[in-house]
Amino acid sequence: MEHVPLAAASDAGTIDLARRIRAQALRMVTRAKASHIGSALSIADIVAVLYGGVLKVDPSAPDHPGRDRFLLSKGHACVAVYAALAETGFIPRETLATYGTDLSPLMAHISHQVPGVEFSTGALGHGLPFGTGKALAAKKRGASWRTMVLTSDGEWGEGSNWEAALFAAHHGLDNLVCILDYNKLQSLRSVDETLRLEPLHSKFEAFGWAVRELDGHDHAALREALAGAPWAPGKPSLLIAHTTKGKGVSFMENQVLWHYRNPSPEQLAQALAEIGETADA
Amino acid sequence: MRDAFIEELVALAAAHDNIALVVGDLGFNVIEPFADRFPDRFVNAGVAEQNMTGLAAGMASEGYHVFTYSIANFPTFRCAEHIRNDVDHHRLPVTVVAVGGGVSYGALGYSHHAVQDYALMRAMPHMTIAAPGDPLETRACLRWLVANPGPSYLRLGKAGEPRFHDAIPDVAPGRWIEVRDGDPKRVMLSTGAALGAAIQRAEDRAVFSMPLWGMASKPCQPAQLARRWEVTTCEDHLQDGGFGSWLMESVAGTPDAAKVKPIALSADVCDMVAGQATLNRLGGLVA
Repeated sequence: MEHVPLAAASDAGTIDLARRIRAQALRMVTRAKASHIGSALSIADIVAVLYGGVLKVDPSAPDHPGRDRFLLSKGHACVAVYAALAETGFIPRETLATYGTDLSPLMAHISHQVPGVEFSTGALGHGLPFGTGKALAAKKRGASWRTMVLTSDGEWGEGSNWEAALFAAHHGLDNLVCILDYNKLQSLRSVDETLRLEPLHSKFEAFGWAVRELDGHDHAALREALAGAPWAPGKPSLLIAHTTKGKGVSFMENQVLWHYRNPSPEQLAQALAEIGETADA
Repeated sequence: MRDAFIEELVALAAAHDNIALVVGDLGFNVIEPFADRFPDRFVNAGVAEQNMTGLAAGMASEGYHVFTYSIANFPTFRCAEHIRNDVDHHRLPVTVVAVGGGVSYGALGYSHHAVQDYALMRAMPHMTIAAPGDPLETRACLRWLVANPGPSYLRLGKAGEPRFHDAIPDVAPGRWIEVRDGDPKRVMLSTGAALGAAIQRAEDRAVFSMPLWGMASKPCQPAQLARRWEVTTCEDHLQDGGFGSWLMESVAGTPDAAKVKPIALSADVCDMVAGQATLNRLGGLVA
């Protein structure tokens, strides 16, 4: 498969894509009076870097056999991915306006009925086991595409993820990349107060993974790390992306409330202004 | 049934290079013929049934027909959400294989009994339940499942079940397969390894087996029931959520509902220690 980047693989290109993802996500949750905007803003930069050149995917052939497989395990943050799919040509932008409405294809947890989406999630702890199966299939068939799974931090309370972590290392699945969106805030309290993951880096190294940590809002660092995976032959890669829940909107950042609340029209206007979105789309 | 299963699976895998077997660290003295012949399509996922099922779904999404294999409850209830969300919702060709249906594992106890598995599996919209009544139905079911890949559940007894057919029967979901001639108006209808009990209790009634069924084949049952006066169902499963209940639901609210007389295991077996034959007797399945 010819790799045609969907957007300029540059900081400026993906930073602009991230701005558009944030703007679309904010509009979608406002219209639908939906939850989880904080979780979507947390991953907007990661998703922008993925769809802005790292993933080998083609909007004109979303099922191309040679494509990279991207799985959003934290399915509740789906508006970020729906927005990316619309901004990169997989689905019409107008479809976003139907988000969460009766009979829309855009379920409020990510749905495989949408072109470009590999796998429906919503229950946590499903993306990595499924992605492990994809990565194993690729290995067995000698295929060169990679599987990238984006998980939340709280979902590492699920035992199924640890089962998959053991399996992926045991089978040397270096074509598997797991990105952990480490915003350190769960549904009620912080990760540390809920079910501690630390020491995360050494824990995964002990599990046999290659581990890197970075600022999950730093586009250059994200691109370098994700484009360069695998980082160690024979090892799956874990990218610990330190992020801020609600990133980009001052009154949403690090606030559990915005795991649930949807913005008022006034709050939407303020949020759009803060992320630098002025056009009325 | 176990031996027929692995023989048939090996034969099918020789003809279909996308068939893979993923086991949950079980199957000693059963799965070796597959593992030895097709090492590249055999995976031991370890004692990790959730990941076994999730990764089977992932492989299936890339073109494999994956058979997951473990004992009784382990590949079903333990990983029920992975079957529901990953396999059934995505309509992927994963066949969950449970060995030790009903109370086959006898005195090993409740942890090893599969007496609620139909209830779980028949609640999934795209799931085909394959519950063969003898080794030849096992072969027939496997051939059908491979020819019609999709979410499916294959429930096996253990080993040494008698044959009730002379040849491999022609099976399809919802189809009643005649096993023994008799009164066509008052009949026995069995699924799974309860077929022996159905024959034992049949008296002059005709005996049918339904090895393939599920939610999708429910709507074709009322036409079958309309032709009978009485249908006694037989299953080594609890009545709640079971096969007889499924059949009754197909005609719920109509006079035909009264025709269905379910024989199923009493929930008393859940608290008893005994061998399979004793549990089936004390549970009310066999006289």
